[in-house]
Amino acid sequence: MSEPSPRRDPDVVLRARGIAVRLGGVPVLDDVDLDVPPGAIVGLIGANGAGKTTLLRVLLGILRPHSGRVQRPDRRAGIGYVPQKIALDPHAPLRARDVVMLGLDGARLGIPLGRARLRGAVDDALTQVGATEFADARVGELSGGQQQRVLLAHAIVSRPALLLLDEPLASLDPVSARDVVVLLDELRRQSGVAIVVTAHDLTLLLPVLDRVAYLAGGRAAVGTPAEVVRDDVLSALYRRPMRVIEAAERTFVVADEGVTDA
Amino acid sequence: MLSAFFASPTVQTALVVGSVVAAVSGIVGVFTVTRGQSFAGHALADLGAVGGSGAFLLGISQLWGFVLAGVVSAVAMEAIGTRRLEGRDVATGVVFGAGMGLTALFLTLDTLIGGSSNAAISVLFGSLFSLDTRLVPVIVVLALVTLMIVAVIWRWVSLETLDRDLAAARGVPTRWASTLFLIALALAVQLSSLSIGAILSTALLIGPAATALLFTRRLGTAAALAAMTAVVQVGVGCLVSFVSYDWFGGSSWPVSFTIVAAVFLTYVGARAVCALRGFAHPTAVA
Repeated sequence: MSEPSPRRDPDVVLRARGIAVRLGGVPVLDDVDLDVPPGAIVGLIGANGAGKTTLLRVLLGILRPHSGRVQRPDRRAGIGYVPQKIALDPHAPLRARDVVMLGLDGARLGIPLGRARLRGAVDDALTQVGATEFADARVGELSGGQQQRVLLAHAIVSRPALLLLDEPLASLDPVSARDVVVLLDELRRQSGVAIVVTAHDLTLLLPVLDRVAYLAGGRAAVGTPAEVVRDDVLSALYRRPMRVIEAAERTFVVADEGVTDA
Repeated sequence: MLSAFFASPTVQTALVVGSVVAAVSGIVGVFTVTRGQSFAGHALADLGAVGGSGAFLLGISQLWGFVLAGVVSAVAMEAIGTRRLEGRDVATGVVFGAGMGLTALFLTLDTLIGGSSNAAISVLFGSLFSLDTRLVPVIVVLALVTLMIVAVIWRWVSLETLDRDLAAARGVPTRWASTLFLIALALAVQLSSLSIGAILSTALLIGPAATALLFTRRLGTAAALAAMTAVVQVGVGCLVSFVSYDWFGGSSWPVSFTIVAAVFLTYVGARAVCALRGFAHPTAVA
């Protein structure tokens, strides 16, 4: 794990400085800084291979960066992580509520006994994410969107200060994706949890984002959406002309070259 | 006839060892099926057979050969990465094929040099009815060690099965979790190999677990149900093998066959019951 920063800053839940990662000798991230204030939603935006998941794994503390350091909450209870998807046998004897329960005591040793006192917290987490109706179903039998809600309940049940979500919108239809965005917004309002979320497209997330880190070519453009989501900043990051288009009260980022009116 | 069955010292040893081994196989099997590691179970049986057959040449009990080869293979497989092994069909097939080849060589040498004419039957099809009673305490201790490993890493493995990064994020030492599980799996498979043979050992691992998973969504219940199912199957297998002696005038059905037949028939029966009741895949959400 990277060395913790000597001084803790109470104004940020997570602070990363000078993160550089090489995978197989190839630089994936180069000198990336990121601050996550309490209760903020921070988007890590970039194409496949831009280093979003790599950065997320560094922030999570399960990938050691080549250089740089991360100041983060205690991993066991302080950080909740939601993977993009899980591959579980449909017959696997784990119910949705068992998965959420593991968010409280999964790192402990021994056969789980005396879990009745944890039930309330599990039910609360399932209710918060709207997963009560499939709480007793086998996780392997649920749809991708349902599994994601269960994993989100697993992540928040320990009342973490920070949530990290890997591509939560990637495989959802537009309506479900909007529901997840609304849910994330509710969660941070209710509990003050800070949320870092990766996505390859910013459009759906932008209304709730406080900060954004645009990743391309190993570098990051970090700041408020107003500071980053601009033609000049994104063009400099991608090293090619980029356009930010406002339409139907939404914001779209497109590459500007090669698409011209006849 | 039942009194003769239970009065036989051979049967008593077989029932004690068989029940202990069955319970361990059932419980470890539930985790194995859940983790999608049946493949690793087969691999460990193949590689364990190298040790089991080699043991005759060294003049030690095949139990030690099975266990040593199994545990060494488990640690090596974890070091290479079981997920990666599954993705490399060809290389994996060559290595395990070589293992079986080595077993064939050792078994031939056992007969030629060691004079152990029953080595092949013993290694490939088990020795439940010909066990040295002095090994019984050792087998029980190994079984208890296996169960203790599973009990200790129960929740670690549950989380790690769900997602490795997720487990790591919760502070689970995932490397330890998966290595310890693979060692428990190796021990369960080798004890099963000793009883019903290297070729059939995974039947006792996968069959009862797969049957139990049809009927429950809970991990603890599934483990208990699989253990009980396996114990009954081994008991029934021993009984049928014992009484079949009378059916064929002095040559009984091999006990490994009757046990595996019980495992197979139970699973087919359970599937049929589930199909009739629409029970196997209870609809998660309407």
